[in-house]
Amino acid sequence: MSLLQVESLSKKFDGLNAVDDLSFDIQPGAVHSIIGPNGAGKTTLLNLLTGIYRPSGGRIVFGEYDLTGRAPYEYAGHGIARTFQNLQVFFNMSALENVMVGRYLHERCGLASALLRGPRLARAEKVCRDEAAELMRYVGLRSYLSVAADAMPYGALKRLEIARALATKPKLMLLDEPAAGLNPTEALELDDLIGRLSERGVTVVLVEHNMRLVMGVSNHILVLDYGRKLAEGSAAAIRNDPKVIEAYLGSAVAHEDPVGGPSASAVAVAGEARR
Amino acid sequence: MPKQYSAPGSQGKGERDMSAQFMQYLLTGLTVGAIYALVALGFSIIFNASHVINFAQGEFVMIGGMVTMSLAGTGLPYLLAIPLAVVAAALVGLALEKFAVEPARGASVVTLIIITIGASIFLRGLAMLVWDKKLHALKPFTGDTPIAVAGATILPQSLWVLGVTLVIVLALTWFFSRTLFGKAILATSHNRLAAELVGINVRMVLFFSFGLSAALGAIAGILIAPITLTSYDVGVMLGLKGFAAAILGGLGSGIGAVIGGLALGVAEIMSAGYLSSAYKDAIAFVIMLAVLFFMPSGLFGKRGGERI
Amino acid sequence: MPPHLASARTGGMAALATVIALLPLALSNNYFYDIAILVGLNAIVCVGLNLLIGYAGQISLGHAGFFGLGAYGSAILASRYGWPPLAAMLTTTLAVAVLAFLVGRPILRLKGHYLAMATLGLGVIIFMVITTEDKFTGGPDGIAVAPFSVGGLVLQGERIWYWLVGALLLVAVWLALNLIESPMGRALRALHSSEVGAEVVGINAADHKVMVFVISAVFASVAGSLAAHYSGFVTPGKVTFLHSIELVTMVVFGGMASTFGAVVGAAVLTTLPQLLTVFKDYEMMVFGAVMMGTMIFLPRGVVPSLARLFQPRRQEASGKEGGA
Ligand SMILES: Nc1ncnc2c1ncn2[C@@H]1O[C@H](COP(=O)(O)OP(=O)(O)OP(=O)(O)O)[C@@H](O)[C@H]1O
Ligand SMILES: [Mg+2]
Repeated sequence: MSLLQVESLSKKFDGLNAVDDLSFDIQPGAVHSIIGPNGAGKTTLLNLLTGIYRPSGGRIVFGEYDLTGRAPYEYAGHGIARTFQNLQVFFNMSALENVMVGRYLHERCGLASALLRGPRLARAEKVCRDEAAELMRYVGLRSYLSVAADAMPYGALKRLEIARALATKPKLMLLDEPAAGLNPTEALELDDLIGRLSERGVTVVLVEHNMRLVMGVSNHILVLDYGRKLAEGSAAAIRNDPKVIEAYLGSAVAHEDPVGGPSASAVAVAGEARR
Repeated sequence: MPKQYSAPGSQGKGERDMSAQFMQYLLTGLTVGAIYALVALGFSIIFNASHVINFAQGEFVMIGGMVTMSLAGTGLPYLLAIPLAVVAAALVGLALEKFAVEPARGASVVTLIIITIGASIFLRGLAMLVWDKKLHALKPFTGDTPIAVAGATILPQSLWVLGVTLVIVLALTWFFSRTLFGKAILATSHNRLAAELVGINVRMVLFFSFGLSAALGAIAGILIAPITLTSYDVGVMLGLKGFAAAILGGLGSGIGAVIGGLALGVAEIMSAGYLSSAYKDAIAFVIMLAVLFFMPSGLFGKRGGERI
Repeated sequence: MPPHLASARTGGMAALATVIALLPLALSNNYFYDIAILVGLNAIVCVGLNLLIGYAGQISLGHAGFFGLGAYGSAILASRYGWPPLAAMLTTTLAVAVLAFLVGRPILRLKGHYLAMATLGLGVIIFMVITTEDKFTGGPDGIAVAPFSVGGLVLQGERIWYWLVGALLLVAVWLALNLIESPMGRALRALHSSEVGAEVVGINAADHKVMVFVISAVFASVAGSLAAHYSGFVTPGKVTFLHSIELVTMVVFGGMASTFGAVVGAAVLTTLPQLLTVFKDYEMMVFGAVMMGTMIFLPRGVVPSLARLFQPRRQEASGKEGGA
């Protein structure tokens, strides 16, 4: 049975179809990538899949639960976690506390016990702290254990979001451009991290422009263009799909782009893809 | 009502009374509403330019009325006293921007709110020193013989209020749509960074917007003083209600401020007349809360949330 | 819990307890006791308000309304209807909690300026109801309040009240510190920084905001009830918009997201007007100027700004140690 079923999902922003009648399935295990030119609707799709946006139409079924129209915290409660293209780090806390917040669902306590701080809560807090520290080491943030989030470099913050998402113990993890802004060494480390996530039993959905990363780690790729599914299949099949090459390169060569013209980065990415 | 069973003609008369009364409430409401509209416009101009909610807006209203009262008291004709009072208020507005808002650029919403409230307390304290705690009257601009309008009466001063408000709204419309400086203000409110990039002097825009908005507040204070009297603390209620009007219309929308102000004035007077005057001052806030609960962007405000 | 947090917590509590215990040595007459009690009551409100504003990042310009509801609820039930004061206070607190819960949900959907305006409107409406319903509240003239008593034991006199308020302040601070360091407190700080970020790890932001709003309203209401019984009289003066602003200023002055900062803010800004009376006619101007000045020059508030001041010095010291 598929882990996630998306059925003719749509999202309109005053006339613009950011996601347009999109259907696909995500099988449990493995790494699935979603690629597409800038503005293709990838982030919008992730926002829909985490309840941040309410769909204009269609359904989102996770396991046996129809989550369409639910609030983001309910998606999290069912085991969907994510990171953000525009970081949503808690900059008013330490790095460790950021990850501890991620354990909220598993450490929730009543108001009375929070106010009175019973011995049980104190013990649970210790466990929470230890596990958060463990997760930070796992994603390679060992040296940031006692650092304030607002004093961390960009690359470390991206990992911090991954650690925070992992702390929720997700079944499905959505990563929105985790390699963007990373230097080549950091990007290489990311390959390894994503591989380990998958081994941990977490199904990964990767939205990425870095084709080396995508082609290297994905078992399955979905290509979006103008909010619609352009192609779907294995890395090898996608690499050689003429429609995909057309979408990345063709818009610059073949036809005038009705929305905004192809962005430089899309072409650059296409260049990478051909390499 | 027993009246309805009396002579046939009286029903018509009763109806006429009814409509005359309605007319009276409407005229009074519009007059009060025009003042709220001017105050709300002042809020909107500053909010647009700087995203600061200026809680000292009401004090500009007070300064306008009190300075005019003092100058007129020395025998100066209104033709001189009024422009001087408006200039005085504008200078206070500029000083507020220069010495209180500008140094706190980038501060949080709460901090800016406390700064402008501190400024309003400071200005009230100053007014108490310069003048006193008493109520002061201002002579109407052109006599006080009521004029009959459709069965109701209207004071000449009310006509001044409505007329001047109309002129100001037209002038502001022209200013924001036709002059370069007005467009610069609009551009800044839309996207500050982009405005800076195309060479707009954003600091100048902020500075100027405080002066303009203070002048508007002062005009409101001068117009209304002959009707309601003035004192060192008239600004408190007028400021808050102007605020409610701005929210009703949609924070930052010029047309919204005007419609919101008029609607609030009429609603206030009507509910005081037909329901109960005990809660006259509360109406504005009840309406404001209702708007915020059910239509958070107001009648004409921009909709839409942040992007993730 | 790392040792430094534990020490800041217990150390801070111990310091506050010491100050409360030793302060009477410096209080030479009832007037000073009176000010100290006012400080304590305001500090209780501010500790609660700081949870809402400083930690959860939700502004309220209407908390004098909850303070006033507490004061008048106790006054009316205890004096007009002869309820035992403790029962009157608990019933009032419960009613305020229910009210805050009901209005909290729609109000806290708003953000920033809109939230500020809505809470302001709420406070002003409460004020107007209190001044208008004079049959119950005595209108602008106010109403006398029976002294506080528990089971026949009447609490009267500044000295008794000093210890009562001091003890309650310690309890309030302890509860606030506990909450902040619990998963719930972390959730509040998280949604302050990023509401989406909090939601996607499973935090129901709306529920948490309402909860902390209710808690802060309860703190204000209890302080209001106590203030009414202590002074034996309530007037609408403490329910005004201006008083709401004073409370927020105390929180911001002391330092947002600092529980001890809230106490310091309450202490400074409650005593300030007493000191300013020497300025006589200039009092209001000076108060306004102080408000502006501290916000412009110490936008983080006194306690965090002082903490920063000492921070670099400490680093320097440790650097020297390393070099030696
Ligand atoms: N909140 C919003 N309101 C209006 N339009 C939006 C909103 N969010 C996204 N859009 C529009 O929807 C389209 C898809 O945007 P989206 O951010 O999903 O693209 P993307 O595939 O993530 O692009 P990128 O690779 O640049 O991150 C774009 O045209 C964008 O301008
Ligand atoms: Mg994107």
